[in-house]
Amino acid sequence: MTRTHENRLLEIEDLQLGFDGAQGLLPALRGVSVHLDRGELVALVGQSGSGKSVTGLTVLRLLGANARIAKGAIRFDGQDLLSFSERQMRGIRGGRIAMVFQNAKASLNPIRRVGDTLADIVLAHDTTGLSRKQALQKVVGLMAQIGIALPEERARAYPSELSGGMCQRIGIAAALASDPELIIADEPTSALDVTTQQLVMDTLTEAARARGVAVIFITHDLALASEYCDRAVVMNAGRIVEEGPADRVFTDPQHPYTRALLDALPYGKTDASELRPMTWTDPEDSAPGAEGPRS
Amino acid sequence: MLSLADIRFILRRNLVTAIAGVLIVVLMVVAIIGPYIVPHDPLQTNLREVLRPPSASYWFGTDHLGRDIFSRVITAARLDFAIAIIAVALSAAAGTAVGAFSGYLGGWVDKLLSRLVDVMMAFPLFVAAMALVAVLGNSVQSIVLATAIINLPFYFRLMRAEITQRREAGYVEAAIINGNGLGRILFTFLIPNALPPVIVQISLNLGWAILNTAGLAFIGLGVAPPTPEWGIMIQEGAAMMISGQWWVVVFPGAALALSVFCFSLLGDGIRDIMDPRRRS
Repeated sequence: MTRTHENRLLEIEDLQLGFDGAQGLLPALRGVSVHLDRGELVALVGQSGSGKSVTGLTVLRLLGANARIAKGAIRFDGQDLLSFSERQMRGIRGGRIAMVFQNAKASLNPIRRVGDTLADIVLAHDTTGLSRKQALQKVVGLMAQIGIALPEERARAYPSELSGGMCQRIGIAAALASDPELIIADEPTSALDVTTQQLVMDTLTEAARARGVAVIFITHDLALASEYCDRAVVMNAGRIVEEGPADRVFTDPQHPYTRALLDALPYGKTDASELRPMTWTDPEDSAPGAEGPRS
Repeated sequence: MLSLADIRFILRRNLVTAIAGVLIVVLMVVAIIGPYIVPHDPLQTNLREVLRPPSASYWFGTDHLGRDIFSRVITAARLDFAIAIIAVALSAAAGTAVGAFSGYLGGWVDKLLSRLVDVMMAFPLFVAAMALVAVLGNSVQSIVLATAIINLPFYFRLMRAEITQRREAGYVEAAIINGNGLGRILFTFLIPNALPPVIVQISLNLGWAILNTAGLAFIGLGVAPPTPEWGIMIQEGAAMMISGQWWVVVFPGAALALSVFCFSLLGDGIRDIMDPRRRS
């Protein structure tokens, strides 16, 4: 297929992937196709083992040595990432594609001041010959832009001295530090309480929209996804079951799996008896082999 | 980071460690400036003053050639410390780097290196050092190299264990995703985070390396008479214990014991400060 779309940033096409294990090949993705335009915010929703994180990691080609890609293509800005050398990928990772992690505190080097960690990222992807001091200034400016109070002071702190929500916002600053075109946010708010969740999501989406950065937001929380994203892609057992505008998917789900996912959420319910645990299984999928290595 | 008040607090809570640290600093200063301030030339023999007991003019007495034992004990500190420090620095640097590399890469590289280190550890260390000096030639450089080589396995294994534990840490994953290469991941992320136990090992190891150097000199390897060196002095004095000239062997022995004791104490103390759960 050669359909060109000038605004198209990422195109994953019919991706089939499995992991080599003791019981042979465990399928993780069974033909996933996702596309993303520049500046678009897309949510990848599904429960644990649905393949949403694997999809995110595959874009960065960061799967373990036992991952086998059977079929499919990943095109980033028109280039096939699967054909890139490891060296070329290193230029993409953290540069044109950045990542926000679930556990922000653990993702920051514990013995370096967060400002230094961020300045390292700025310098690693800088082509204009910034000095370390200028890089630090840029970092502090970036932290201020995304609404971190007292950015100079925070930049001098060690990760252990900051709260989880603050670390996550530093993590967002880290992702923005290399001026990426795409940010993959893997459950960025799942480890945070609800109010901090709001703050972190506001920070991430506002910064992305202001800069025209596209975001793949990986989550199990469909309500959160619909609130912040343009489009939602619902995954189950390595397949895409439903795709559409985020608010439509949330208010008017078409697929029984999406409906089951919504029934399990407390939003809009007045009584605990209205909550239903996730029990829906794909009638096509009786084999329990779709568990990925992570959520 | 640590303020002066924090340091004072930690030292007051660990008085023994603080004393050991101060003693080591004193020993180091003595080793550096000692040769310039000693009252007598450590090599000057004086056959009219042979085997004098400690006195006002010869604080630690004189040996069988009339040399001033105090001057010799002080002068020897520099050589013994220098050998130990250089040897430990070499083995810590090499062992840490190779261990980190091996632990991070895993696979057959790791298996090969680990088995090689196991083979090294299968030999009794002192005997291995003797054999190495015999092969490398009887010189101070050989002692340094032999001490470095026999200590290598400890640093290798320590670092390898620390790295395999931290390899999957979030910040390492983040570093990979940020496009860092192998070198940067090892030297800016993993090794600095795994360094604290290595520092403890270095301190414990220094005392042991001094003992090893003296031991080799005692059996006539590495340092040759008349160079002032604690091991040689103990060897020369050992025979005189029976005839009653205890000072010839006791003072170099005490200097050796004090140095080893201080380094061990400091190592234990640092470990207690960094990991209070393992406090003994």
